[in-house]
Amino acid sequence: MAANTETMTINMGPQHPSTHGVLQLILELDGEIVVKATPHIGFLHRGIEKLSEHRTYHQTIPLTDRLDYLAPMSNNLGYVLAVEKLLGITDEIPERVQRIRVIMAELTRLKSHLVWLACHALDIGAMTVFLYCFRERECITDIYEKVSGARMTSNYFRVGGLAEDLPDGLEGDIRDFVESMPAHIEEYEGLLTGNKIWQKRTIGVGEISAEAAIDIGITGPALRASGVDWDLRRDNPYSGYEDYDFDVPVREGCDTFDRYKVRLDEMRQSTRIILQALDKLKPGPILADCPKVVLPAKQDVVNNIESLIHHFKIVTEGFKTEPGEIYQGVEAPKGELGFYLVADGSAYPFRMKIRPPSFVNLQGLPQMVEGKLLADVIAVIGTLDIVLGEIDR
Amino acid sequence: MVMTPEVLTLSETPWLFTGVMLVKIAVAFVVTLLIVAYATYAERKTIGRMQTRMGPTMTGPKGLLQPIADGLKLFFKEDIIPAQSHWAAFILAPMMILAPAFISIAVIPFGGDLHFNYDGVLYAVPMQITDLNIGLLFIIAMAGLGVYGIVLAGLASNSKYALLGGIRSTAQMISYELAVGLSIVVIFMLSETLSLRGIVAAQQLPLWGLESVSYIPNWYIFCQPLAFGLFVIGSMAEINRTPFDLPEAETELVSGFCTEYSAMKYALFFMAEYANMITVSAVATTLFLGGWGGPFYGWINFLLKVFAFMFFFIWIRATFPRLRYDQLMFLGWKIMLPLALVNIVLTGIAILLW
Repeated sequence: MAANTETMTINMGPQHPSTHGVLQLILELDGEIVVKATPHIGFLHRGIEKLSEHRTYHQTIPLTDRLDYLAPMSNNLGYVLAVEKLLGITDEIPERVQRIRVIMAELTRLKSHLVWLACHALDIGAMTVFLYCFRERECITDIYEKVSGARMTSNYFRVGGLAEDLPDGLEGDIRDFVESMPAHIEEYEGLLTGNKIWQKRTIGVGEISAEAAIDIGITGPALRASGVDWDLRRDNPYSGYEDYDFDVPVREGCDTFDRYKVRLDEMRQSTRIILQALDKLKPGPILADCPKVVLPAKQDVVNNIESLIHHFKIVTEGFKTEPGEIYQGVEAPKGELGFYLVADGSAYPFRMKIRPPSFVNLQGLPQMVEGKLLADVIAVIGTLDIVLGEIDR
Repeated sequence: MVMTPEVLTLSETPWLFTGVMLVKIAVAFVVTLLIVAYATYAERKTIGRMQTRMGPTMTGPKGLLQPIADGLKLFFKEDIIPAQSHWAAFILAPMMILAPAFISIAVIPFGGDLHFNYDGVLYAVPMQITDLNIGLLFIIAMAGLGVYGIVLAGLASNSKYALLGGIRSTAQMISYELAVGLSIVVIFMLSETLSLRGIVAAQQLPLWGLESVSYIPNWYIFCQPLAFGLFVIGSMAEINRTPFDLPEAETELVSGFCTEYSAMKYALFFMAEYANMITVSAVATTLFLGGWGGPFYGWINFLLKVFAFMFFFIWIRATFPRLRYDQLMFLGWKIMLPLALVNIVLTGIAILLW
């Protein structure tokens, strides 16, 4: 007697504990084996790209916080670098600003990777790692709070500089935290790396070859774990990354375990970069000397007619740019975060297109899970490190 | 003058026997329920400490009333029966899980005999509800019955996640019941009895009957460490504890077989999980750790060992990730089952030779 078999379609998400937000996956299952996986996105669409067309360049910065909300400063950085490039003031950014931006961007990388590791481990069932990671993440959110007043949506960088200088004593806090970080990373590795169950769940799971990864456009740690040595911080430096001595971890395994190792190594490299940046940090201005773009100091606004006029113009109508279009990519924690700006000479961008790394990386999901087991889908969603705020924008 | 205690029997002293029996049942049931309630508290506190957090602190002193608050909350919640479910099976399933978990307690000996004077006669009451001569088989049978509840819950919910949870647990239970069953065959071979009381009594002698090491008791963990390991791993799988909690793998199957359950029915599943944990710990204590034998007074030894086991299960949960379905099957059929068989053969040879 021939068995009458059919596949079962299962609706995973958008309400599901481990789809990292509101990702919906339509899975076709044959028993526990995934025959077909179709990601459905758009549940978190807020129209950030469209909204930015009706906001001055400065007003868009808070929106970028809400792209990858686990790494807000990286988004801030990508956006302000793009606008600075459009204005042609990239070379006028003071050194202190660049150092602080690098420190914050690397702290953000730590923060994002900590949440990734926490959730990835929790998805695979290792609950304790989750809380260990959040313990350290808490320190970074505290630093965020001290510099920007907000724990998640920082809105700290400005076109041409920073919103505020670092508060007194914060450099020491950052140094203390960063110096303690490698020991914590050892702690996570102690719980996971040698653990047989962790190895079984990650080695050989969610494999993607270097060619396939490049075809899709996967960037970031996921690409480097497939053996492609590509990191924008080194290969297309911005914000003074060429001044720092750091390694780009690359591994050849193409699987979930290697992506895990690459990210952990990246966290170690981030601590190196932050310490170097702290050593090189010198007092100085925190805003570029570009009066048409940068808000003047309050003292000047009340005492100086020129500054008053600039202040009034920038606040009421924003600064205008030359017509043109530019692309600026930064190495965000999840991959290449790109901002493509088209300017028509007004105070608003004609069009802003964001290249979110999560969105592109997610496209690798179907070929990574098809033919594998349901439990691997969870591991792969975790290892891709997607954030729906960025995918849906 | 020392009186020989008389054993209570139903035929000679029916009223006294019935009374004592009812008291024993009530005590065992209430104590188990209490341990179930406070096992949840202990688990949350212990795991909390392991994870650098506090666990419950707000309800009562040090959060001690938390289990009661949870119970009350779940008791007063709306009890939802999904429209598309099979309602009779849906209601029956949680009971079918909980009942076997508690019934198994009936054959477990908590301590030695309790003596009391009644009407001038000294009676001996075993601290065990009933000493079945097939006690161990009874426990295995009850563990097998518990699976029906999970499968039924998965099927009756008419939900895909619950169905997957049900299927997973069926496969898991069948595989691991075999390994567990075979791993304890060596205990029958050594003790030559299936009565749990007899097994405990056999473990009170010195190790291998050697007088030179008389300070080490003949607990079967010392002569059967492999069987002990297999039993512990297998029972973790049978009671769905991490790393074998696949049927209710939260991050994969939402909540597995109990996805659609709410209110008290959900609480019953929860209680069953902890009751099973207690049963398994008690059985392991009885079979491998010499039951109530030890430095303290009978049942205190027993409870200490049971708590140590439960702590071990909790500790494991805080440490390990979850296995994958195929790896679980591989472990059960290709590693544990052959090992258990080899262990039986080796033990058989050893018994024949010595």
